[in-house]
Amino acid sequence: MKFLLSALTLALPLATPAFADWAQTEAEAKGQTVYFNAWGGDPRTNAFIEWVSEQMQEKYGVTVEQVKLSDTAEAVSRVQAEKAAGKDEGGAVDLIWINGPNFLAMKEAGLLHGPFVADLPNAKYLDLSTGSAASTDFTVPTDGYESPWRLAKFVFDYDTDRVSEPPKDMAGLLDWAKAHPGRFTHPNPSNFIGASFLKQALVEMALDPAALSQPVTDAGYAKETAPLWAWYDALRPFMWREGTAFPENESVQAQLLADGEVDFGMHFDPAAPAAMIEQGVLPPSVRVWVPEGGTIGNISYVAIPYNAAHKAGAELVANFLLDPATQAHMQDIRVLGSFSVLDPSKLDDAAKAAFAALPTAPALPTLDDLGPTLSEPHPSWMTKLTEDWAQRYTK
Amino acid sequence: MRLAGAIVTLVIGAPVMIGAVLTIATAFGWQPGLGRVDLGFGGFVEGVGAPGILTSLRLTLVTGIGATVLSLAASIPLARWLVTRQSASRWMTPLLAVPHAALAIGLAFLIAPSGWASRLVSPWATGWALPPQIVTVGDPWGVSLILGLMLKEVPFLTLMTLVAAAQRPVSEQMAAGRALGYAPGRAWARIVWPQLYPALRLPVLIVLAFSLSVVDMALILGPSNPPTLAVRILRLYGAPDPAQAVPASALAVLLLAVMAGSAALWLAGEKAVARIGKAAIWQGHRGRSGKNWPAVALIGGGGALALGALGALILWSLASFWRFPDALPADLTLERWASADWAGPALTSLTLALASTALAMILAVLWLESEDRAGRRLPLGALIVLPLLLPQIGFLQGLTTGFLWLGLPPGALAVTWAELLFVFPYVMIALAGPWRALDRAQLASAASLGAGPWRRLVAVKLPMLLGPICAAAAIGVAVSVAQYLAVLLPGAGRVQALATEAVALASGADRRLAAILALMQAALPWAGFALALAIPAWWHRNRRGLRGGAL
Repeated sequence: MKFLLSALTLALPLATPAFADWAQTEAEAKGQTVYFNAWGGDPRTNAFIEWVSEQMQEKYGVTVEQVKLSDTAEAVSRVQAEKAAGKDEGGAVDLIWINGPNFLAMKEAGLLHGPFVADLPNAKYLDLSTGSAASTDFTVPTDGYESPWRLAKFVFDYDTDRVSEPPKDMAGLLDWAKAHPGRFTHPNPSNFIGASFLKQALVEMALDPAALSQPVTDAGYAKETAPLWAWYDALRPFMWREGTAFPENESVQAQLLADGEVDFGMHFDPAAPAAMIEQGVLPPSVRVWVPEGGTIGNISYVAIPYNAAHKAGAELVANFLLDPATQAHMQDIRVLGSFSVLDPSKLDDAAKAAFAALPTAPALPTLDDLGPTLSEPHPSWMTKLTEDWAQRYTK
Repeated sequence: MRLAGAIVTLVIGAPVMIGAVLTIATAFGWQPGLGRVDLGFGGFVEGVGAPGILTSLRLTLVTGIGATVLSLAASIPLARWLVTRQSASRWMTPLLAVPHAALAIGLAFLIAPSGWASRLVSPWATGWALPPQIVTVGDPWGVSLILGLMLKEVPFLTLMTLVAAAQRPVSEQMAAGRALGYAPGRAWARIVWPQLYPALRLPVLIVLAFSLSVVDMALILGPSNPPTLAVRILRLYGAPDPAQAVPASALAVLLLAVMAGSAALWLAGEKAVARIGKAAIWQGHRGRSGKNWPAVALIGGGGALALGALGALILWSLASFWRFPDALPADLTLERWASADWAGPALTSLTLALASTALAMILAVLWLESEDRAGRRLPLGALIVLPLLLPQIGFLQGLTTGFLWLGLPPGALAVTWAELLFVFPYVMIALAGPWRALDRAQLASAASLGAGPWRRLVAVKLPMLLGPICAAAAIGVAVSVAQYLAVLLPGAGRVQALATEAVALASGADRRLAAILALMQAALPWAGFALALAIPAWWHRNRRGLRGGAL
C-alpha cells in the first residue's frame, strides 16, 4: 500500500508534463499533411480514411492523405530505401497500417518512432496490461511502438445458394472438397490471408498448441506441422486448378466466389462479406462461416517510421483513431463494420450507448457467432510456414 | 550542338546508367545505407536458389521470345494486306494507343472461365451453369500473357513495316514479282519483306526487351505461382526485409543478362533464317494465288478480342450486379462512375503526360535544330533507345535510390523524369523522320528573305511540322499514360496515376472500379490521338499542301 502511494505521488507530477506535451503536439501538428500508408484494396477502408481526413481537418487542421498500398510491405521497403539513402529526416511515410511480420521487421531494424502509445490521451480506453491483446502483436510485445485501431478475426464466407451446410472444421473441409472437386481454394500464402489460412489449419491441428507461441525451432516445426502437411497434401488435388494456381489475395478470391468459380472465400474481417454484399460485389446469399473451435484473430495497428516528416500529425491521427466516437463509427456496418479495440469496461455510459445503438445486417455475425478467438502463432512460424509452402508447392 | 548533346546525355543517359549501376552494385551486396557493404555473390545464390526459379526463367523466355516471334510473324501478312489499304491502317491506332494495363484488364474480363465470352455462350450452348474448370487467365504456360502482348505488339510491328515500306518502291516490286508469276503472298514475304527487315530490327529488339520484362500485363494475365522473372523481382523489391533488395537486384542483373542473351540469339537467328530463306527463294516456288487468309484471320481474331475487351470493360463499369452465366448485367447504372475516385488519378496521369511530353518535345526540337545548325547528326543514337532496350525493372529501382541521393524525393517530379526516359525516345523517333524530310527549299527561301535561324525555326519549320509534332505529342502522351513501373517505383506510392491504380484495383474485389480506371487509362491516349488529328486539320484548313496524312 505504502509502495503504491509513493508510486502514485511519483507518477502524478509526471502526468502534467505529458498533457502539456500533448498540447504542444497538437500545435505542432496544425497544418501538417500526414501520409497514411494503408493497404488500398478495400474501398470501404479507403472511404473511412477519407472520413478520418475530413474530421482531422475540421478538428485539428491536419490533412490525412492515404497512400494506397497493394501490400503493406511496400511502405516498409520505402522506409528502408530511405534509410539506405541516408534520409533520416523528412521521410515520405508518416503513418503505416501494420501488424505481424512487417511490424517485427521494422521494430527489429530500428525503423520505428516511439514508444509513443502511452502519450496518447485516448490510450486510457485501452487495456495495455502486459500480454493483453492490444499490446501484443502476433505474440510480439508492441512496447508502445504501434497503436491499435481495429480488430481482425479470420472468417470464411460461402454462398448459401450453392453450399447448404459448411464443414465443421478443417478436417471436415477435406471431406467437403473431395465431394466437390475444384470448388475450394485459398489466396497464395505469400499473401497475408493465404498465410492465415495455413495458420488457422496449423492452430487446429498442431499436437502442442502451446509450442506455437514460442519462436519456431526446426525440431518443433517438423513435429507440429506434420499433421498440417498430411492434411494439405490430401486436400490440394481437390482444390481449384488442382492446387497449382492460387488467387493473389482475398479480394480476387471474393471475385471468384461471386463468379461461381469457387464456393468459399476468406477474410480477416468478420464484417467484410456483409460490406461486400452492400457494395454489390458479393451476392446477398453469402454468409459468414467459422469453424467450431474458433478462429485466429489479431489487432491491426498504426506505426510511425523513425524518419517520418510529420510525427506530431501522425500521433494525432493515432489518437483520433482510438476516440470512442471514432471506434463506434468504425464499427457501424454502413461504414466499416470492424470490431472496436477498446476495452468495454473502460468506456463511459455515453460511449457504451453509442456502441449499443449500432445497426445490424443479415450477413453480419455477432460476437457470439464468431466463437472463441485463437491466439496467433509467433511471427517466426508464419515466415517459416510460407517459405516451406513455397518450397513444397512452387515448382 | 555540344550543349544539346550534353543536355540529352545528362537528362536521358545518366539516369539510366546510374540506375543500372546501382542495381548491379546492390546485386553484389552493396547497401551502404543499411550498413551492409560485404560484397559477394550471396544475392545471386539466394535469388537463383528460390523455389520455382527455373519455371520463372522458362516463363520469361517463352513469353518474351514467343510474343516477339509470333507478333513479327503475324505482322507480315497484315502489313501486306494494309500496304495497299493505307486508310485502313488507321484502325490500328486505338490498339497502338491503348495502355497495356487497360488492355490486359479488359482481356482478362473477356477470356476468364467466368468471363464475358463464356457468359455469352452459357448455358444455352455449353450447358455451363457454373464457370467451367478450364484454365485461361494466369495459365501456367503464359499463353494469355503472350496473347495480351501480341494484341499490342502486332499493330506496332505492322505499323513499323508500313513506315519502312513507304520508303521503298513496294508496288513496283510487287508488280515485278507478280509478272514473274509469284503469288502476292510469296512476292511480299520473299521479295519485299526481307528488304524491309533491316528497318524492323530495332523495333523488334524493343519489342523483345519489353516482352521479356513486362510487369503490369504479367501481373494481370501471367501465372502467379511462380510468376515471370520481372514480377518476381518486383515482389522481392517490395518485401518487408530490406536485405531482399540484394537477391531482387541479382535477379534484375540476371534479367539484363537474359535480355542480352536473347538479343544475341535473335541476331544469330536472323542469319540462320536468312540462309534458310535464301535457299527457299532460290527454289523459286511461285506459290498459289489466293485470298490473304492469315490477314483476314488476324484482323478478325484480333479485332474480336480487342472489341470484346473494350465491351467487357464498358459493361463492367456500368454493371450493378452481374452473375454468371448472365450474358449481360441485370441492371446498368452510372452509380460507380459517380462514386469512384477516377478523376484524381486521371488528372495526375494527364499532368504527368503533359509534363513529360512537353519536356521530351523541347529536348527533341533542341536536338534536331542543333543538328540542322551544325549540319551533321549528333552521335548519340544508341543513347536515345537505351531506356527501351534495357528491362525497366533492371534500372528503375536503382534510379529511385539514385534520385534520393541527389536530393530528389519520391513524388511527381521524380516520376516525370522517369517517364521522360521512355517518352523521349518515341517522341524523338516520331519527329526525326518528318523533321529531316522537311522541304529544305522553303527554308532556303526564308533565309534568302532575311530570316535568321530562330525565325526560320519558329515561323517556318514548326508550323510546317505541326502535323508531325501533334502526332509525336500524342505518342508521347500514350507512352506516358501507359507507364506503370516508372510511376510505382520513383513515385513511392505518393503518385497515384491511372496505371498504378488500375493494376492495384485489378487485384481488388470490385471489378467495376478496375473497369472504370482501365477505361479512363485508355481514354486519355485516345483523346490525345483524336486531338492530334483534329488540331492540324483545323489549323491548316486553308493550307492544302499541309493537310492530311500525319497519323
